[in-house]
Amino acid sequence: MKYIYDLHKTMLANNLILIYEGEFTQEITKSVLAMAERNMDSIGEESSIKRKVFNVMVECLQNIVKHSDEISDPSLGKYTAIFMIGKKDEEYIITTGNPIKNDNIDSVKDRLDKINSLDKDGLKTLYKEIIKGTEISEKGGAGLGFVDMARKSGNALEYTFEPMSDDFSFFSLKSTVSRQA
Amino acid sequence: MEIINLEGTEDTPKILLDQGNGIFEISGRSLPEDTAEFYQPILDWLESYSSSPNDKTEFVFKLEYFNTASSKLILDILSSLEDIEGTSVAWYFHEDDEDMEEAGEEFSELVEIPFEFKTY
Repeated sequence: MKYIYDLHKTMLANNLILIYEGEFTQEITKSVLAMAERNMDSIGEESSIKRKVFNVMVECLQNIVKHSDEISDPSLGKYTAIFMIGKKDEEYIITTGNPIKNDNIDSVKDRLDKINSLDKDGLKTLYKEIIKGTEISEKGGAGLGFVDMARKSGNALEYTFEPMSDDFSFFSLKSTVSRQA
Repeated sequence: MEIINLEGTEDTPKILLDQGNGIFEISGRSLPEDTAEFYQPILDWLESYSSSPNDKTEFVFKLEYFNTASSKLILDILSSLEDIEGTSVAWYFHEDDEDMEEAGEEFSELVEIPFEFKTY
């Protein structure tokens, strides 16, 4: 049972206030959001910071909900993903991790690199370009999630891809929201 | 025309579209599971409304939060309103919510409709 204590220590060491691992649905998204909101309310977090964190959380969670059906690999078992929020004195850290098809890595990486290369005005221009040109996809996305996360957080989106199998990698994504308004 | 009156929930906005009383309002939170499906009846309603609209249509957006998929549908709503003569938008934002203010400004730059910005 040592893993319980180990996990507890890991959470404390990384300032994690919430971890969810498992299947992601709209109902789960709402529950996770409600828990995180309550946590921020309980410490009297400033409403402008709360809104930014909420915003980034929604896009992260709905990204996973919308793209979760892409995974079908018996060797990896049932598709699951992980969502975490960390809270430090100076910032909130919102992270997600989910399997992604290796074929899709390049397009995700290109989009993230492009977003990270842009400043505030560049992101605004990109957002307007996408919203004018886009149609809601079959999966229900507008292709704006990453751009919005970068804009609302005001920070670059950090990412890694860890190989899982010949076909899949584990995609980790991290957004940081400063608590200094 | 029939009145659309939807109660808001934790992930869908409150919507009131009432031609007789001249009330057109979307408020609250918008992060539905299926955004396109949720907003389709609103777009259909506006299409019928545009065939015999009131002299003036002030459309009120008083949103606390909307996700990116909703932002696309809000633009679709604004695009339908663009074709209706005498339309204006009242865009409300909480006084310390710069992001919501900026979102309204961006929408106002994407369509040819007069926007009025108000705080609450």
